[in-house]
Amino acid sequence: MSRIMEFFTRTRGTDKLHFTDMVTYIYLSLGVIVMFGPVLWLVLSSFKTSAEVVKFPPRLLPYRQETVVVEGYEEALPLYTVTLEDGTVAQLAQIRRIGLERQLIDPANPEEIIKARLEESEPVESVSFNLDNFVEGVESFNFARYLRNSVVVTVFATLLTLLVNSMAAFALSKYQFRGRTAIFLVMISTLMVPLSVVLVPVFLVITKVGWNNNLLGVIVPGAATPTGMFLLRQYMLTIPDELLDAARIDGASEWRIYSQIILPLSRPALAVLTIFSVMWRWNDFLWPLIVLSRSEMFTLQVGLNSFQGELNVQWHLILAMTVLTLLPITIVFGFLQKNITTGIATTGMK
Amino acid sequence: MTVQASGKSIKDVFDQISTAILNFFVSILDWIFGTLQRWIGIGGMPYVFVLPNLLIFGIFILFPMLLNFVYAFTGGIDFFPDQRPFVGTANFEQLLTCESFLDPNTCREDLFWRAIFNTAGYVVFQVALMVVASLVTAVVLNRKIKARGFFRSVYFYPVLLSPIVVALIWKWVLQENGLFNGILVALGSDKIPFLVDAQWARFWVVVISVWAFMGFYTLILLAGLQAIPADLYEAASIDGANNWNTFFKITLPLLMPSMVVVLVLSLIRAVQIFDVVFAFTGGGPGTATLYLVQYIYSKGFASPSRQFGLAAAASLIMAGVLIVLTLVQQAARGEEEGVR
Repeated sequence: MSRIMEFFTRTRGTDKLHFTDMVTYIYLSLGVIVMFGPVLWLVLSSFKTSAEVVKFPPRLLPYRQETVVVEGYEEALPLYTVTLEDGTVAQLAQIRRIGLERQLIDPANPEEIIKARLEESEPVESVSFNLDNFVEGVESFNFARYLRNSVVVTVFATLLTLLVNSMAAFALSKYQFRGRTAIFLVMISTLMVPLSVVLVPVFLVITKVGWNNNLLGVIVPGAATPTGMFLLRQYMLTIPDELLDAARIDGASEWRIYSQIILPLSRPALAVLTIFSVMWRWNDFLWPLIVLSRSEMFTLQVGLNSFQGELNVQWHLILAMTVLTLLPITIVFGFLQKNITTGIATTGMK
Repeated sequence: MTVQASGKSIKDVFDQISTAILNFFVSILDWIFGTLQRWIGIGGMPYVFVLPNLLIFGIFILFPMLLNFVYAFTGGIDFFPDQRPFVGTANFEQLLTCESFLDPNTCREDLFWRAIFNTAGYVVFQVALMVVASLVTAVVLNRKIKARGFFRSVYFYPVLLSPIVVALIWKWVLQENGLFNGILVALGSDKIPFLVDAQWARFWVVVISVWAFMGFYTLILLAGLQAIPADLYEAASIDGANNWNTFFKITLPLLMPSMVVVLVLSLIRAVQIFDVVFAFTGGGPGTATLYLVQYIYSKGFASPSRQFGLAAAASLIMAGVLIVLTLVQQAARGEEEGVR
């Protein structure tokens, strides 16, 4: 206890424990509960059996009823703690249930059948993280297919975004050419108008191009992000032009300058854009929802949403699938949290 | 030993192969672009570099924006613009005709007005709560605390979750037999139908979106706080200013530019709220959490008779609002840079 107090008082230097430090740490602890609590609750619940999931009041940890194999019975029998008539308490296995009464046997003495009313018996349970929901969910939810689609979209869209945006940013930052300002201004001004307000015409264009129910329709249109282009351009402006001139004197082509000089030097900005692009694409919902209508082309997010719509009561499967969907981004965040938070703080975008 | 050696050589071979493949593509591209440059000259190269981006941008962003006007001023249920009759401003009239603008029931397109009122209410409460919550959190995180990086990440984590995942997490916590009702019953209270009652549903939509996005705004404000020079605080404490004085006389005024950015950014995003709510309540119960983007989506894509004209007209109205908000933000940003 004194250690803990020491920990708190130390933060304020020579002063003794100040009440504002207490308030600070109480606020932060509450923050941990509020921010992580719901996610943790979801993860813990995803290991519960389908019967346990609908039980009220809910329990924190997933439990499973203990069973025992008794000779003469094919299936494992569930165990109950029963208070017998003489007042002793025993663990008995249930062979069948009739109305409000259980018929139980002592596993050590399977011949004699004991009857007990429901309220006299308590199931014997132990904490158990069972993976049945995940197995069943992956089978019935076509998880592998959605995962494949999401990975394809995220990887190829990010590669395309990096290539197309860095090329444009190179042109707009390192050359003087006719129409440069016009192109730049038009792109920046469309930053104001988000996808959500051009839904109908975008759908028409996708239809005309023939990319309905095609992952290309999800990958390509978002690749020319004005945000990404702007971010890269601002970074490339800081690369000195002398480097380019020196390379030109050595006979390097413009493409060589772009691929051998500009790209390696822009690595920090490219890294930030990679993180953003992965985040945008993995979590994207509205665009794939419009482009994809056949369920075998769904991405994880669209699939998960339609899954919760069609099986409204099958919470145990929805929980497991939600956990699988949030897992990759959580792992990435665990490794790259510092880069992500500083990247966002410095560019001010998400 | 041998295993290690062979493992290493496999890796070497793999490296060599992948480098060879990469070099192959690089040299092909080199050749293509080199020839191109000899052909069109150095002055043409910037156009080559900007072309792929411009093509995608033009076809999938700029062209649809222009096309939106065509949809907004034409009627009928046909999807292809050449089959749609010109109707002038009829779509806008249908959206904007009300006997009384305070009562959605008297409007020709009452759903649109319900969506507007819902969105307005949501925006006011969400932005207010967002600014207060992220300001308090940023101030707390800016104190001398242990493990600041960890706590900063804690508040930021939900920002990375997808809207669908966020919605499902909270649906699970708030459902009839969920965690919150479990706690309520354990405390001796009755269950509350959080997702069935209109007011509660609205309340939770606000809370959830603040929960999901506040980490982002906290980061912006934290950066603003850290930019305030430390000697100002020293001077204040020498002059005998207490904590409250310091906060209201130094911190808050100097943080104002960042606050304005947070205010406007969260406003712009709040107006566009869609996916979290779509998965969380689906607009319900009834139309209690039907917001503007969902109205547009349902008119254009989900309703049995697709009214593309109405959807496009509604999006133009919304785009107008967003452009005004963005211009305010640009002005605020310019002011911020002026201060610095």
